[in-house]
Formats: sequence, structure tokens, C-alpha cells
Amino acid sequence: MSTAPVNFDKTKTFLIDTTKCTGCRGCQVACKQWNQLKAEKTVFFSGEGYQNPPQMSEYTFTRVKFKDYQKDGQNEFAFYKEMCMHCNDPACASVCPVGAFKKTPEGPVVYDTKRCIGCRFCMIACPFGIPKYEWSKAFPLVRKCTGCYSRIKEGMQPACATACPTAITYGNRDDMLKEAERRLKKRPDHYFQAIYGKEEAGGTSILYLTQQPLDELGFKQITKRPLPSYTWQALRLVPGIFLTVGGTLSLVSWFQHRKDRIRREEEQKKQQTGGACCAPADTANDEKEDNQ
Amino acid sequence: MTAAARIVMDEIKGYHNFIKLMMILTGVGALASLVRFIFGLGATTHLNDTYPWGLWISFDVVTSVPLAAGAFTIGIVAHVFHIKKLEPLVRPAIVTGFLGYSLVCIGLLLDLGQPQRGINVLLYWNIHSPMFEVSMCVMAYTTVLTLEFLHPVAEKFGWHLPLRLLRTLELPFAILAAMISTLHQSTLGTFFLIAVDKLHNLWYNPLLPLQFWLSAIFTGLSIVIFEASLVHKYMKQPDEAELLATLTKIIPWVMGVYIFVKAYALAFLSHGPLFDRPVLLMLFAIEVVFGLFLPFGMFLMKRIRTDKQLQMRAASLVLFGLIMNRFNVSMFGMEQAGQQIYVPSIIESLVTIGIISAHVLFFVLIAKYFPIFEHHPEATDYTIPDHFHKIEKGHGEGVKA
Repeated sequence: MSTAPVNFDKTKTFLIDTTKCTGCRGCQVACKQWNQLKAEKTVFFSGEGYQNPPQMSEYTFTRVKFKDYQKDGQNEFAFYKEMCMHCNDPACASVCPVGAFKKTPEGPVVYDTKRCIGCRFCMIACPFGIPKYEWSKAFPLVRKCTGCYSRIKEGMQPACATACPTAITYGNRDDMLKEAERRLKKRPDHYFQAIYGKEEAGGTSILYLTQQPLDELGFKQITKRPLPSYTWQALRLVPGIFLTVGGTLSLVSWFQHRKDRIRREEEQKKQQTGGACCAPADTANDEKEDNQ
Repeated sequence: MTAAARIVMDEIKGYHNFIKLMMILTGVGALASLVRFIFGLGATTHLNDTYPWGLWISFDVVTSVPLAAGAFTIGIVAHVFHIKKLEPLVRPAIVTGFLGYSLVCIGLLLDLGQPQRGINVLLYWNIHSPMFEVSMCVMAYTTVLTLEFLHPVAEKFGWHLPLRLLRTLELPFAILAAMISTLHQSTLGTFFLIAVDKLHNLWYNPLLPLQFWLSAIFTGLSIVIFEASLVHKYMKQPDEAELLATLTKIIPWVMGVYIFVKAYALAFLSHGPLFDRPVLLMLFAIEVVFGLFLPFGMFLMKRIRTDKQLQMRAASLVLFGLIMNRFNVSMFGMEQAGQQIYVPSIIESLVTIGIISAHVLFFVLIAKYFPIFEHHPEATDYTIPDHFHKIEKGHGEGVKA
């Protein structure tokens, strides 16, 4: 998890070139089909602009965000596909009390429905707001993009990557980073010079290329440090603090009770000698030992 | 109606109306939690994907745990530092702690989506999870508190052997309680360290766990004062203002360290803008001015420290400040600008009111039927009675028989 550094070069990674996205939403449909997710009844313009459904949910693991903006007096669209980022060091996996989330060696962050106790800490922890809850159910579970783990284990590509006609390239992380950098270098005026996901949250298995500045498109500014390190810097001290507190308090109580013991012994000594102060010291000690 | 039921009904009829009200509220809370289990979280609460945690986590867990810290703090002061005269304050604090933690467990189970799998925490350890650590500690500490609570129970029913055993374990339990409490009180702060870029900079800093621990200590002592004052006022128990004055001498020291840590963390360890959200700034100001500086100043004055009316007021302000702080961290400070605002649903509110009422109700009832206040260790008989007359007959005979 957060301690063992692993090389993520060979983890499967999405390179999503938003400049090539046509907003066809084939990925959305493919995702729903493969994961057998229910359609949601939505109303047009219920969220921001043209995007539909208005937000990701227990039924929607991925969605294309629409951003309209003006360029040279012309109305333009920018699209980007929102999905689980499959972080290299996922916050959801680190906070889960039962370890229901796991970063697989292949790349996807997967969720074990049988372990989940439903505390929803993953939803608090995820910097991208990805895990969603089955609020419609009496005994709900968390739902999120699986990175099509079952498909890639069989040598296939994820459903959305297969469906996408233009924007998604899928492969090993080092190759995808190389490809992204090649594109940035080849057309420097076309691209905003950044790869979102290269270092965000310690690196993710999704890499984005954009034409517009990231914040204009609605990409969150995220720390470059892996999130689990934030809690681990406190949690790693736990055994030490536990023993220090125990040891200190034991010592304190020994000293505090010692004063009391000594006083009691002295009182006893006084009683035995009938209140007289001039009994020989060694006899008093003997008496004390007898009393013990 | 059977005879036993009639005796119980007659007993209840004799209760004060306030207790009857608490019984009704507890019953309503129990019904509301039943509704939550039948219809599920989504239908009965106002939780959603934007607010996965609401009133139940913010109050029933994050706030209730420090409010139940009285048991471990008074345990340290009275048993570890061996200030014997404080002994009369220990048992009421242990009962409060025992009830508090039992109700925290209930609150946690209510909030879980899969409460029937709660045991998984013991089966699949994840030591990187603050939630894992808190659940282990809460389970362990609830066990310790239950054993400590058995002390008056054993005394009431004259179980001599357990009584003697519990008496011997008093000090080890006090130390163990402090060890476990230090861990989970601080780890509740660690919860929110993962919320980088979510929790507002006014509260987010790496020293949050230390602040949670320090504030739990002075809150624990304050709740002992608060409770002893109420018990004196409404349950006709002796006035302990003089004993409480010992505690009020300790509180400003801990509060002083807390203020220093909080100021240091805010000045040097927080990143990003502090004054960008007027509402949050106001909440922070209320928390710090009325819940921290004001009681700190009050506790610095000897006149207030020793006056039973004023020490109660200062303690109440500390409790107010703590509740504000925990809500600021776990709820208000986590709200992003422009987000819809979370308001708890009726079911959520009824359950939380029910939990508070249950706490008051069970405290009063336990105090009514068990020796909680009249406890004086020197007067209690800790000897084991010689039921089998082994001593009289001689040991040899006893063994042969």
C-alpha cells in the first residue's frame, strides 16, 4: 500500500486525449452495457450545460463532461471523460478498514463487495469523488469503475477504450507517458503543456491531454503527494505512542503510589512503637518486614 | 398483567416527568432506527454522494467520543496520579463513559451500510486505515469500560470475588484506558488528514490528531464538572465544587497547550488561503472565541475556578467549543464552496436525539439502582466471605471433602 514502492511502468493505463474526443459518448454506453448498469431517467440541462446524466452515480461509472467556451467569438465545446483514475497509491484502499479496495498489479483499483462494511470512508477520501453509493438499496454497497478488470485479465481492453473511436489509447504506463510527451512536443500550440494524472495524487492510471488550461475544463487541482502518506505520517506513530503513554503512566503511578506506601509504613511504624519517636531504627525495620 | 410487569409499571409511574420524557424520546429514537433498517440509508437520511457522512458520524461518533473522555481523564488524575480525594468523581465518569461508548457503537452500526458485516474489521486488518484503528480501539475500550462498570454492579449484588478482582485491576485498567483513548481520540483527527484539498485550511493541518487528543483531555475533565454540577443540582447529590476545583486547575494547562498547538499549526503548517470563505471564518471565530478563549480566560481566574456556578458555566463553554470544533472539522469545513447544503433528515435527527436521551435516561436509572455516588473505597468490604467455612474447619479438611 503506502509503504512499498512499486514500479508502475507496466500497469495498464488510459491515455485520454481530450482534443480528439468528439463527445459521442460511446464510452458511456459501452460501460453501461458491459457492467449491466441501469439507465437513469434524466432531464436535459439538469446539470452543467449539455452533459448528461448530471453526475456520476451508482448507475454511471463514466461520463463525458461538456464544457462550452468562447474562442475568437465562436462557441466551442470541450469534452472530457470522467472516470475512476485508478491511482497508483489509492486513498480509498488506504482508508478502508477492511481492505476492500486493492490496487491490482495489472493497474485497475478493484473493490471486494464481500468485505465492505459500508462505512463510506472511501467516498470521503477519494480526491476525485469517484466512489458512489447504492443509496437506493436497504443494504447498499459502493460502486465504481472497475477498470474492466475481468476483461483485461482475459487480454482484452476495457469496454470504453474498445468503444472509443478517437481519443483513448490503452497500454503500459511508461509507453502511454512516452506517447503523451511525444504528442505535447509535436504540437506545442495545440496542447496545454501538462499531463494530468502523471503526478496527481502520486500518479494515476489515467492520463489526460487537453487543449485548454486544466482548471478551465474543471479538472481539480490535486496534491502531487500520494494521499495515503498524509494519514500514514500520523498512523505510523501509533505503536510508539501506545507504549510511551502506557510506560509513562505506569512510572508515574508507581512514584505516586510509592509516596503513599512510604507514608503508610511510617504510620504503622509509629503505631507499633506506641507513638514513641525514639525506637531503634533496626528494630523498626524488622517489625516492618514482619508485617509484610 | 403479570406480577413482575406490574411492579415495573408501578416503579415507572413513580419516576419524574423528565425521565418519562427521556423514555419517550429514547423509544422514538429506537423506532426511527428501526425505520432506517427497514427502508435503508438512502430513503431515510439526507445523505448522498456529496455528503456520504452526516449527522450520525459528526455527532454520534466524532463528537460523542471526546464527550465520553471523562472516564479516562479522571481515571488518570484519580488513580494514576493518585489524588485519592477525587475518588467520588470516578464512578459517575465511568458510567458516562460506558454509556457514551456503548451508544457510539450503536451509532456506528446504524451508520454502516452493511452493519451485519461489522465483524469483518476483526477478520481483514488494514493497519493503514484510521477507521480500522478507531474501530479496534472503540471495541477494546468499550470492553474495558464494561468491566470497570461491573464494579458497582458487583458491589450492588455482593459478588465478592469479581469485586476484589476488579479492585485489583482498577489501576491497570486506568492506564490501559488512557493508552487506548490516546490512540483513538487522536486518530479521529487522522480521519480528516486524508481529506486534503477538501477540509478547509482553517482546520486542515498535520497536527489535527494532536489537537483532537488535547481537546479530548480538557473536554473529558470539563464533562466531569458539567455532570457533577447537574447531578448536584437535580439528583440531590453532595456538592463537589471543592473537588472540581482540583480539576479546574488542570484544565487551563491543557487548554493552554492546545491553544499553542492550534495557533502554531494555523500559522506555520496550513497551506492556502484562510480568509476566503466568510461563513467558515465566522464558524471558526465562534468556535475559538466562545469555545476556547472565553473558557480559558475563565478557568485562569481563581474566583471562577472555585465557584460552583461559574465553573459549571466555563465547563459548558468548553463543551460548546468542542462540539463546534468537531462539527466544523467533520461537516462544515468539508463543504465546498457552492455545494448544496446538508441538513439532517427527521429520521436522522430523531435517532440522534434518541441517543442523547438514552444516555441521560440510563445514567439516571443506573444512578438510581446502583451505588454510583456513595462510593467510598475505604468503606467498601473487599474481603471474600468464607462460604465453605474452610478457615474455620481448617484447610486440610476442606481439600479432603
